[in-house]
Amino acid sequence: MNWQETLRTSWFAINAHRMRSILTVVGILIGIAAVILTVGLGLGTQKDVSSQISSLGSNLLIVSPGSTTSSTGVRGGFGTGSTLTLADANALAEKSNAPDIKAVDAEKSSSEELTAGSTNWTTTVDGVTPSYKSVRSRTVESGSFITQAQVNANAAVVVLGSETADELFGSTNVVGQSVTIDSQSFEVIGVLAPSGSSSTTDLDDLALVPLSTMQQDLVGGTSANSVSTVYLQATSADALPAAYQEAKSLLLNRHAITDSSDADFSISSQNALVSTATSVYKTLTVLLTGIAALSLLVGGIGVMNIMLVSVSERTREIGLRKALGAPPGAIRNQFLVEAAILGLTGGIVGAGLGVLAALTLPAAIGSTIVISGAAVGLSLVVAIGIGLVFGVYPATRAARLAPIDALRTE
Amino acid sequence: MGALTPSPAPVIELLGAGKTYKTGTIEFEALRGIDLAIREGEYVAVVGPSGSGKSTVMNVLGCLDTLTRGSYRLAGDDVEQLDEEDLAVIRNKRIGFVFQQFHLLPSLSAWRNVELPLVYAGVPREERRQRAVAALERVGLGDRVNNKPGQLSGGQQQRVAVARALVTEPTMILADEPTGNLDSVSTADVLALFDQLHAAGRTIVLITHENEVAQRARRVVHVRDGLITAEELTAA
Repeated sequence: MNWQETLRTSWFAINAHRMRSILTVVGILIGIAAVILTVGLGLGTQKDVSSQISSLGSNLLIVSPGSTTSSTGVRGGFGTGSTLTLADANALAEKSNAPDIKAVDAEKSSSEELTAGSTNWTTTVDGVTPSYKSVRSRTVESGSFITQAQVNANAAVVVLGSETADELFGSTNVVGQSVTIDSQSFEVIGVLAPSGSSSTTDLDDLALVPLSTMQQDLVGGTSANSVSTVYLQATSADALPAAYQEAKSLLLNRHAITDSSDADFSISSQNALVSTATSVYKTLTVLLTGIAALSLLVGGIGVMNIMLVSVSERTREIGLRKALGAPPGAIRNQFLVEAAILGLTGGIVGAGLGVLAALTLPAAIGSTIVISGAAVGLSLVVAIGIGLVFGVYPATRAARLAPIDALRTE
Repeated sequence: MGALTPSPAPVIELLGAGKTYKTGTIEFEALRGIDLAIREGEYVAVVGPSGSGKSTVMNVLGCLDTLTRGSYRLAGDDVEQLDEEDLAVIRNKRIGFVFQQFHLLPSLSAWRNVELPLVYAGVPREERRQRAVAALERVGLGDRVNNKPGQLSGGQQQRVAVARALVTEPTMILADEPTGNLDSVSTADVLALFDQLHAAGRTIVLITHENEVAQRARRVVHVRDGLITAEELTAA
């Protein structure tokens, strides 16, 4: 019996029980579509997170206050302390102190309500230095950025994120307008260009004022001299470890701390953030894919179940075929091909649905889904494989039936 | 057997054929030493009540079951020496089965049913169709080639089964109670067909429990308790 005949016979058998065959195929296709979607979602999220983190700027080290252990043993959490000052930032910016640090931007953040005319908008207000622009890789779309002169003069000027401008004025063409923050009037001198990171709105919803203005006029009080974060830009990616060491020893020295485990600040690198986030999402992807693979396994068991039913239902047919001269191999192939057709059909339809969902879902749920060619190709191979693997047992059983017993079955 | 006119070497030869079935610890001796030789062109009926061992004879002759003792030679081949693959080839080429329950595949048309043995023989598609249609014409169903079994009467279905048995030009046609499920008209119909095939030189072995049917054969072998108890030649 050649392959053409085997295919034809198997196809007849599948067609004869259409409903049953369709349900079996559905079992496989759900598994395949789920694998393609979860792998795609995982890869997409990884891509989003990486691009979000790198949109902070390049070759960055981020110094945050905190992690202090007081004499009473109370340990302040990350980012909570007020131990970093502008003087620290200025010291770090000194070439002689830290040759591998190219630029330093100290920031002080606070959530404030902005008012323009009758419109209110609450957002993050960052007190920054002129180096913000280069350290954080931002560009000004219209107007100009905060200058050193404005920082020195505690000028009441503000640079708005594009989204903030849009919320307050309904337009980004707002240079020269005025905005009220904490009952003080600020002049809008510039609007930032959108960060280009589609999924992060934070980077476009902010207001920047000179650091000195922030410290003196908006925050005041005891924490006036502290800053919330110091961003350090290393001279190159290779210089990051050296910059890290320089910053650490300089700050330890300035804060008169001898044991580095008592440091009242912490330094993290952007690369560390990226790799942490990537590994988190990798784990998540593996987990989800595992669950999807389980559903594929269940689909495969469905194929086996149907094939076993098919074998016992067609015992007489098998007996007859054997009496007419079908060798065991021909019977086995007939059932194997039948199972493989079910698997492959499930694979093709499942891959089609998975890709379709990957193309249409992102618009609805707002996350990126990457269609991985490897995942699609592998799914098809796995689908046929599942048909074959789970078809082997029923097919072997069919091939081993003794013709007389099979013929006698009523 | 001495009464038979001398003719060529037998195509079917059972020598001391014995078969024991084991079910757990219980042994059942279905055949207890049967010698049977059938020559080419003979029309032989094996008759016996149920439990006599005639079905076992049929299974052994059809290469569907193997002997526990003795030997079976079919057209010169020692069947006991063959494996499952070779037996499939023997069944395909040498034996044409006709069963009591017809055993037609309900989803296939008459000619598709008839061509089945040729599929396993590796005959090309076009030739298969020609030979299947020719075999159906021979059993008088030339106008029913595209009908499915459900659209045919019992007698017609059995004639399709006979066509299927004929299509490979086998050494022997082996019929197991071929009229057991048929009314008297269809029975006469099918037996007349066997007469014609015999007249055309076919070797036919008919297994039955009905003496009336057995009397249509030229030679009747009576089986009881796993042994041949009598043999008779009928008036031709």
